[in-house]
Amino acid sequence: MNVKNFLGIGPVIAGSIIGILASLLAHFGNPGNMGVCVACFQRDFAGSLGLHRTSAVQYLRPEIIGFVLGAFIASMIFREFRARTGSAPVVRFLLGMFAMVGSLVFLGCPWRALLRLAGGDLNAFPGLAGLASGIYVGILFLRRGYNLGRTYRAPAIAGILMPAVMFVLLVLFILFPSFGEGKGFFISERGPGSLHASLLFSLGAGILVGILAQRSRFCTVGALRDKILTGDSHLLKGVIALLAAAFLMNLFLTLITDETCLRFSFIGQPVSHSNFLWNFMGMLLAGLAFTLAGGCPGRQLFMSGEGDGDAAVFVFGMLGGAAIAHNFGLAAVPDRILESGALQVGGPSANGIYAVFLGLVFCLVIGLFAGKTCERSSR
Amino acid sequence: MKIIVDARGLSCPQPVIILREALRSKDRASIEVLLDSDTSLENCSRIAVKDGCAVKIEERNGEITLIVSRK
Repeated sequence: MNVKNFLGIGPVIAGSIIGILASLLAHFGNPGNMGVCVACFQRDFAGSLGLHRTSAVQYLRPEIIGFVLGAFIASMIFREFRARTGSAPVVRFLLGMFAMVGSLVFLGCPWRALLRLAGGDLNAFPGLAGLASGIYVGILFLRRGYNLGRTYRAPAIAGILMPAVMFVLLVLFILFPSFGEGKGFFISERGPGSLHASLLFSLGAGILVGILAQRSRFCTVGALRDKILTGDSHLLKGVIALLAAAFLMNLFLTLITDETCLRFSFIGQPVSHSNFLWNFMGMLLAGLAFTLAGGCPGRQLFMSGEGDGDAAVFVFGMLGGAAIAHNFGLAAVPDRILESGALQVGGPSANGIYAVFLGLVFCLVIGLFAGKTCERSSR
Repeated sequence: MKIIVDARGLSCPQPVIILREALRSKDRASIEVLLDSDTSLENCSRIAVKDGCAVKIEERNGEITLIVSRK
């Protein structure tokens, strides 16, 4: 067996294509600066399954299904599918839950933080600063031996379940689109959930991204983590490529169409609030939770597609977190321009603030106590 | 002295962290890293090469051994 092309430009290719597709998806119907947002789309996904009843954010986002199926297809073709599980599933579920709570206080995952910046939303800066800080705290735990324990090989069927669930949901969604309460999937008639590109484009883009990301190990959290931890910047180049590609595509679309895809400001940005502190704090929690779980929300979906049952549990945790965030009013409210023309600054509710602190305490406790005690040498 | 690092089943970036610990030990002749995923293999190979080492890969029954030695 030869040494693999471990210095390849895979992440740059994946990042560039994700950036271009995200800009196009927003142009063809997805919400503004939300061509792809793993957290927002899983929130819509949870809503479509009726796990929460916030009617503005319910849609079975085909991109999410595509991510898992694309990663599954790529891992089968390249013989990298490997069913595995057994590393602290309950902890991973709760990390997923709090990562989602943090993301919904910011109103976006790390992917969307980049896409918001690429669209000129300057509120992304405190979000990205929070993300970097969260990753840094996670690295401090990793350096002192933080470890959730090993995964073990599992029967193939255990690894195929996640792609299978996604495939069945897709078939059901095509056969039985929404009929309302008790009859099918919930689909928003107004709000961000009602804004979406065509099913075929969304699914196709999702599958393509899934394939590219599985091959390149694209990870927005790993990018910064590896740069700080080991000085390795190969994933970071992919993240910069995403940002640059989405920015250039937004610029191009703004120039050739009558749509404004690029506008630099703090206020009046789509599905965004200008509360500096809570943009920071939300992503601080999310960045820490993602780092403790071993990767960004996109990476967790891709790993769940290539047979990682623990990543699948994290994904379910995110769906559960979305449900809790909306059922208990933890998600932030976007800024709103009132009829009088005045700006109503959004941000998290009191419950949302408490939840972020609870999440930070949870992550700190896990970071401190899931450490050296974990037996490393035998298996 | 040969050091064996068992990084099987560990999630990112732990395989890299424990390989780096082993790379710092002074009395080693070579390091064998036991791995079970291509992602960890790529990450560990990258770190070892960056550290100025030569790497060789052996694969048996889905389990991978990365042999890291000084050039």
